[in-house]
Amino acid sequence: MAEPESSTAAAGGSRLRNAFGGVLCAFTLLLIGVLAFSIRLFSVIKYESVIHEFDPYFNFRVTQFLSKNGIYEFWNWFDDRTWYPLGRVIGGTVYPGLTLTAGTIWWLLNSLNIPLSVETVCVFTAPIFSANASWATYLLTKEAKGTGAGLMAAAILAMVPSYISRSVAGSYDNEAVAIFALIFTFYLYVKTLNTGSLFYATLNALSYFYMVCSWGGYTFIINLIPMHVLLCIVTGRYSSRLYIAYAPLVILGTLLAALVPVVGFNAVMTSEHFASFLVFIILHVVALVYYVKGLLTPRLFKVAMTLVITVGLAVCFAVVAILIALVASSPTKGWSGRSLSLLDPTYASKYIPIIASVSEHQPPTWPSYFMDINMLAFLIPAGIISCFLPLSDASSFVVLYLVTAVYFSGVMVRLMLVLAPAACILSGIALSEAFDVLTRSVKYQLSKLFDDSPAASGNSSAESSSASTTSTNSAKYETRSEKTKTAPKEKPSKKNWKKEKEVAESIPVKPKKEKKLLVLPMEASVLGILLLIVLGGFYVVHCVWAAAEAYSAPSIVLTSRSRDGLHVFDDFREAYAWLSHNTDVDDKVASWWDYGYQTTAMANRTVIVDNNTWNNTHIATVGTAMSSPEKAAWEIFNSLDVKYVLVVFGGLVGYPSDDINKFLWMVRIGGGVFPHIKEPDYLRDGNYRVDAQGTPTMLNCLMYKLCYYRFVETDGKGFDRVRGYEIGKKHFKLTHFEEVFTTHHWMVRIYKLKPQKNRVRGKLKKLKSGSKARSTNAAGRKNPWQ
Amino acid sequence: MPRATSDAKLLIQSLGKAYAATPTNLKIIDLYAVFAVATALIQVVYMGIVGSFPFNSFLSGVLSCIGTAVLAVCLRIQVNKDNKEFKDLPPERAFADFVLCNLVLHLVIMNFLG
Repeated sequence: MAEPESSTAAAGGSRLRNAFGGVLCAFTLLLIGVLAFSIRLFSVIKYESVIHEFDPYFNFRVTQFLSKNGIYEFWNWFDDRTWYPLGRVIGGTVYPGLTLTAGTIWWLLNSLNIPLSVETVCVFTAPIFSANASWATYLLTKEAKGTGAGLMAAAILAMVPSYISRSVAGSYDNEAVAIFALIFTFYLYVKTLNTGSLFYATLNALSYFYMVCSWGGYTFIINLIPMHVLLCIVTGRYSSRLYIAYAPLVILGTLLAALVPVVGFNAVMTSEHFASFLVFIILHVVALVYYVKGLLTPRLFKVAMTLVITVGLAVCFAVVAILIALVASSPTKGWSGRSLSLLDPTYASKYIPIIASVSEHQPPTWPSYFMDINMLAFLIPAGIISCFLPLSDASSFVVLYLVTAVYFSGVMVRLMLVLAPAACILSGIALSEAFDVLTRSVKYQLSKLFDDSPAASGNSSAESSSASTTSTNSAKYETRSEKTKTAPKEKPSKKNWKKEKEVAESIPVKPKKEKKLLVLPMEASVLGILLLIVLGGFYVVHCVWAAAEAYSAPSIVLTSRSRDGLHVFDDFREAYAWLSHNTDVDDKVASWWDYGYQTTAMANRTVIVDNNTWNNTHIATVGTAMSSPEKAAWEIFNSLDVKYVLVVFGGLVGYPSDDINKFLWMVRIGGGVFPHIKEPDYLRDGNYRVDAQGTPTMLNCLMYKLCYYRFVETDGKGFDRVRGYEIGKKHFKLTHFEEVFTTHHWMVRIYKLKPQKNRVRGKLKKLKSGSKARSTNAAGRKNPWQ
Repeated sequence: MPRATSDAKLLIQSLGKAYAATPTNLKIIDLYAVFAVATALIQVVYMGIVGSFPFNSFLSGVLSCIGTAVLAVCLRIQVNKDNKEFKDLPPERAFADFVLCNLVLHLVIMNFLG
């Protein structure tokens, strides 16, 4: 900071120091990148190099297709192996950023004669991009608060658990690259705002394009940046740099977003984007006002203002009225379901069970905040305060980002991921400011200790006049930030904290007393530094624990530790391998939608529904089949040309997220479309249970039968380890399904639909009339596939 | 009322006088921007009469014009001598940025025309 004041004699030395600092900084960044990459490798070391969970399997399959068939085939890809018999246009409904990125990396490596498999590249894409994300965080924080804060924030982001949970090696999901794109876009926006360079504005638009390609969360950017622009205008911080940062971004960004097939005309048609256009117009009005203000004398300007306001307001009202009429005429008011459930957290549970059924769309609990951002939650307030002390455009943006991200994380667990970078940036700022103050005071105290009075008095007399004004300011500011920073420390520091508080209170009492005001007592600051280091140490320990234990499980391979050692449950892959080896290529496999992506990717069989929940009716059909009695279910599945039915059952080993636990959602979603499925039929006094108290509807539905068929043979009692009781109906036979495969731990069970019975003349008539009677009984809608 | 009209007259006069003092190159940029906006308006009117059927064509046409105007305004802000914020930005650099941004814009538009 003091570089401009250094004299010519010291110029050489300072240049050398700058160069040294630059090298050190680059080296630190490199280490941070390595840290970010390597902390995410626990999953590979502890398990193996596999793709995790559900969605990553789809992304992996798309990447395989891309690397095999090229980009043009990819855009036109119609996938007939999912959503049978509808199929899905993959090229037009997928965010292509992630697959294109991994595909490009793979292609690049292969053309350099480094023969890696597509899977390896996919597994390691997320760690690579988290290193990029921490560098982007460095850049963004540097724009806001300087290099030190930047390094701190980058180091914190490299290991924040919230981000680790989405980007461990193998977690090949959109968020892996999207968080990097998000931070980088924000950095370029702030950079443009600080420099006013059109070049950065162009880069900003391109980076926004990458974000649009990667994740649906791009709407966060296109709403946050207009909010910030509006904030700047309202608080009177309009500058021509703001215009350059925003106006080209809207035009270029809209066009670029419209280029992505999955967004298309939505970029100008849906309400998520209207805010940006509205602010675009407002910005132009404001820019014009400022321009005219510069031309005119104040008196004339007042006249012009009255004139413009009367005319302008009328026009504005007309435009707004038209817009509201247009938006209101569309059924959802132009908002998509997911965005609406963000604005109104209760929306999804009321109207869209399929969104509410996903666990990551639930609101988070308080412990999950502590788990995911740990001590950052306590450092954020300090960071906000130090952002406000000299409030710049950049720091106000960071604060705004944090505030909105906190709100969104409160709505959905999944959006904790958006909060994490903001929390890292602000805590990085807080920590670096705290260290700054503490080390400065230590340095000052040391220098005073060694070369006592002569130099100090000479210095202070010369500087006191100029420094006194600034020192009072900074003293106040330091004490304030110090207070907030020591507050979040652990309990043992309480005594120390009190002492510091006393110091803090004593300082403003006598504000003009030379430079001494700038500093804290030696012991307090040394203790503060130590405690901050300890705090950081705890954070690192927590992060490593989270990375190693909590977030590295691939969820297709499960392990459990018991007295007799480590158990590995590899049932999923066993089942999918069985399917791919023992069934016909074109056989259709029905399962609940959670397992759709994995079945297509690992077993290469056609599925009825999958995790891309684009067709609610189709999912409801499968849900209805699962919650119907065996015969009706057989009819539905047969009409869908299904050969095999796959259920996931955890009752034997105690795997809690199995189909029985998800079953109520099947009932709800099925009942939302086919009203003859009623949720109360499956509940006994409002309780969901499958023991002897369960309702007959529950104990006779297909899901129950497929899960518990022959279960009693395992231990003689039929004790369900997940639910913790014996099941209700133990001995029964299947008439329309036959068991073909059950995995080692019974986690996946595969059934085959029995072929239709040979028709006997007399029976045919009876059967027909029977089914007709049933279909008229079923109120309202029928299965559309019959 | 007469006071208001006289005020308005005075306003227009002083606006005109103040604007006449701007350098020629800025005036040229202004003309360019105004022309682009006028073209956009014509397209919107045309859309209102004929309909917006090839919507991407309409969109790229209008956004091309508005984008050009916005970039021109950005250039004008940067090369304006009175603007203290951009004193150490040479006009050549500003123009190079402007050209780059325009290139990107029109590449995108050509892609989007369909």
